[in-house]
Amino acid sequence: MNLMSLTAAELGRKIKSGEISVREAAESSLAAIRAREGDVHSFVTVVDEEAVLARAGEVQKQISEGTLDSPLAGVPVAIKDNLCTRGLLTTCSSRILGNFRPAYTAEAVLNLEKAGAVIVGKANMDEFAMGSTTETSYFGVTKNPWNTECVPGGSSGGSCAAVAAEECSCALGSDTGGSIRQPSSFCGVTGLKPTYGTVSRYGLIAYGSSLDQIGPIAKDVTDCALILEAVASHDKKDSTSVKREDYRFSEALKDDVRGMKIGIPRDYFGKGLDSEVKEAVLKAAKILEEKGALVEEFDLSLVEYAIPAYYVIASAEASSNLARFDGVKYAYRSEDFAGLHQMYKRTRSEGFGAEVKRRIMLGSFVLSSGYYDAYYLKALRTKALIKQAFDKAFEAYDLILGPVAPTTAPKLGESLGDPIKMYLGDIYTISVNLAGLPGISVPCGLDKSGMPIGMQLIGDCFQEKKLLQAAYAYEQTRAYEHCPLAQKGVSES
Amino acid sequence: MSKQYETVIGLEVHVELATKTKIFCSCSTQFGGEPNTHTCPVCTGMPGSLPVLNKQVVEYAAAVGLATNCTITRNCKFDRKNYFYPDNPQNYQISQLYLPICRDGGVEIETAAGKKTVRIHEIHMEEDAGKLIHDEWEDCTLVDFNRSGVPLIEIVSEPDMRSAEEVIAYLDKLRLIIQYLGASDCKLQEGSMRADVNLSVREAGSEAFGTRTEMKNLNSFKAIARAIEGEKNRQIDILEGGGQVIQETRRWDDNKECSYAMRSKEDAQDYRYFPEPDLVPVIIDDEWLAEIKGRQPELRDEKRLRYKEEYGIPEYDIDILTSEKKLADVFEETIAAGCRPKEVSNWLMVEAMRLLKDEDMDASDIRFSPAHLAALIGLVDQGKINRTVAKEVFEVMFREDIDPVPYVEEKGLVMVQDEGALRSAIEEIVKNNPQSVSDYKSGKKKAMGFLVGQTMKAMKGKADPAMVNRILLEFLA
Repeated sequence: MNLMSLTAAELGRKIKSGEISVREAAESSLAAIRAREGDVHSFVTVVDEEAVLARAGEVQKQISEGTLDSPLAGVPVAIKDNLCTRGLLTTCSSRILGNFRPAYTAEAVLNLEKAGAVIVGKANMDEFAMGSTTETSYFGVTKNPWNTECVPGGSSGGSCAAVAAEECSCALGSDTGGSIRQPSSFCGVTGLKPTYGTVSRYGLIAYGSSLDQIGPIAKDVTDCALILEAVASHDKKDSTSVKREDYRFSEALKDDVRGMKIGIPRDYFGKGLDSEVKEAVLKAAKILEEKGALVEEFDLSLVEYAIPAYYVIASAEASSNLARFDGVKYAYRSEDFAGLHQMYKRTRSEGFGAEVKRRIMLGSFVLSSGYYDAYYLKALRTKALIKQAFDKAFEAYDLILGPVAPTTAPKLGESLGDPIKMYLGDIYTISVNLAGLPGISVPCGLDKSGMPIGMQLIGDCFQEKKLLQAAYAYEQTRAYEHCPLAQKGVSES
Repeated sequence: MSKQYETVIGLEVHVELATKTKIFCSCSTQFGGEPNTHTCPVCTGMPGSLPVLNKQVVEYAAAVGLATNCTITRNCKFDRKNYFYPDNPQNYQISQLYLPICRDGGVEIETAAGKKTVRIHEIHMEEDAGKLIHDEWEDCTLVDFNRSGVPLIEIVSEPDMRSAEEVIAYLDKLRLIIQYLGASDCKLQEGSMRADVNLSVREAGSEAFGTRTEMKNLNSFKAIARAIEGEKNRQIDILEGGGQVIQETRRWDDNKECSYAMRSKEDAQDYRYFPEPDLVPVIIDDEWLAEIKGRQPELRDEKRLRYKEEYGIPEYDIDILTSEKKLADVFEETIAAGCRPKEVSNWLMVEAMRLLKDEDMDASDIRFSPAHLAALIGLVDQGKINRTVAKEVFEVMFREDIDPVPYVEEKGLVMVQDEGALRSAIEEIVKNNPQSVSDYKSGKKKAMGFLVGQTMKAMKGKADPAMVNRILLEFLA
């Protein structure tokens, strides 16, 4: 049996019933990584076999003793490399953190481990989550398992590729402007960005603090609901963490959208949207309509202001968040310098890649005296207006449906040369972060070249259950498409 | 000097708050631990760590604001101040720029020139930085983050002061208010209170301000007074010589009694302030504000009025007793134990102040308990010990906080009331000092003092002075 082709929930059930052991699941994951990592390169760090099996043994013991009853117990997971894991390299795919081993584990990861997940590796990403292709990683690009000449998307490209290539059961990613949803769409998996404040950011190495949110990446909606249920918490260590009334997200998994009002923003289907993507997404809308949802078009407005506002806010926060990487306390320090200032300059010049430097400079510029009001303050006002536009939309609709990205995955090397074009690719995902809303990317077909297309459902704040319910109902109408590469090495394992 | 000049001074005062834990994590604020032992991922700027605001910091800051007549910002926020320095682990300081917790206050000061109000522009909360330690042997610099994240408030005055005297009066006023609130011990020498002086001069009668400089590294009231005098003269010399004062930050060297330029306005840093996204706004609602107000202790000015009315002691005593919170506390607690106010005041004003001076201690360092002082006063009142002995016992109590009652018993200091023994001792002394006796009889009343002294000496200080006087007079009659 190919254990990694199962969903996390399916695998969890087999482990719980004793049909297979945690060790077998972990070994299956490690074998898949051995077989496919050369093609995909999803991971910056793969955990030592010995350590993985030791952890699997612990989880098995807890299951056998009856102290662990989670549906995810024993499931092998990948963790995006911007989430701190105690003693385990956490690099943010940057040279500057190339040798960094945190002294503590991120709250979300701790929660996932409490649910019995077995970490098999730290997933590759765009450096400090800045990018949409996972090509800005210092540790090499990740390739799209559907076509290794294409990018997996980003910044959580490693997490999504690992799930699509079936190197693990599911993964955690982070989403600042689409970093979970866009690579999920490109890799044909399901990814959820929760409402801001739902998952503790404690231990997530910050990019844009007011926008960052950790979320699940998996083969289906059920897994996403189960993972979210495990990682979401009200954490006193994160002041922006929200105490929610209801954390039982899996209760929303009902095949029923009757009477649900779904709005389709016209602004999301205009110029720049690939026709095949458009067709697939509208077809998905049609299916929901056929299942009893009320679907109609509306004008969301302000969509074109989201990208500039996002790049001002995220870059401003990043320029400050990344200031701590200075060679003084931990991680990379230039070897050759005379005096403090040269140590700072060389460490940071050598330690950061081009995209990170670009955003630090952009962020420093928009915050500098004389420009603050014109850029940063204006961006904050735009953010508030975008939130208002969504508030208005949610007075009329339960959910908003649209594409995740204007195209399917581009070829490797096509994007970085034209950063503006790359930034424009985030147009459908970014405003969700600016407004703090939950959004999910669900596979809805393949284009002519066989690359996955995702549709996005957006909910009002704290309406993950509606989101999950509609996504689940849609998902019941089509089978999960395994990527061909995921077959590689299966017979040997 | 051909022209008359006026000095214009504003202060930025940093006060370390007396919370048990740091402003954004639960590490101890205790001073003097081994380097980097009071640290965690938050106060060492580890990747992924997040700040959580210590509520006590808000309460202390608001209490200081209320006591200095400020308006409390009911919805205040934190901002990041970005600058690179190795003692600053995140390379930004969490502070308040746009919405500080307190605004538009003021305190009244009194100097020889009379009473005046020094306005307070704002009070904001922020975190302290770590400490750099240069290792001369290894020629390297090490960082100790124990102080990183210790809470501070910065009290920014308007440029309302005109002399060193006013500055000292203002600082003393702040110090007392904050000490009374228990928000800080406010020790300049130990750095729990630090003042930066913004100073400019202008021709007398001019409305416009001159160019100001900011003076740092002022560690005592005396240093502040010297620095103000020095900077005022430096600026006047420049203007008299036809030059222009440069806006800059200067460092005062109190040993050399002169200042050095640290950085000019041109190389002033752009701190790129922006709202701290990791913290939510601090909402101080009516209920919370009422709670903070309700906990506000009696401050010095109120105490002074009450002492006058309730205890009827002289102004002079009141001034000294209220000059340190600890002194006022000991005073009130000793009275509460049943002693007469004036009696307690005398002990504190004379004996306690003398010993504090001898030992180079602050009143806040007083160790003896009010109960023991009350017991000592009781022993005197009951006639168990005389004043001379009592002063000796006080000294021991001051140093070691002994309980005077068992102490005088053990040491045999209780007064001798045995009239027979005293009579025979006096008889002996009168016989052995015929000169003094005849001096007294011929009108030299001073001789009496000598004979009393001789008697006390013979009685090892334990005689009742009243009894000695009575018997001596009998013999001399």
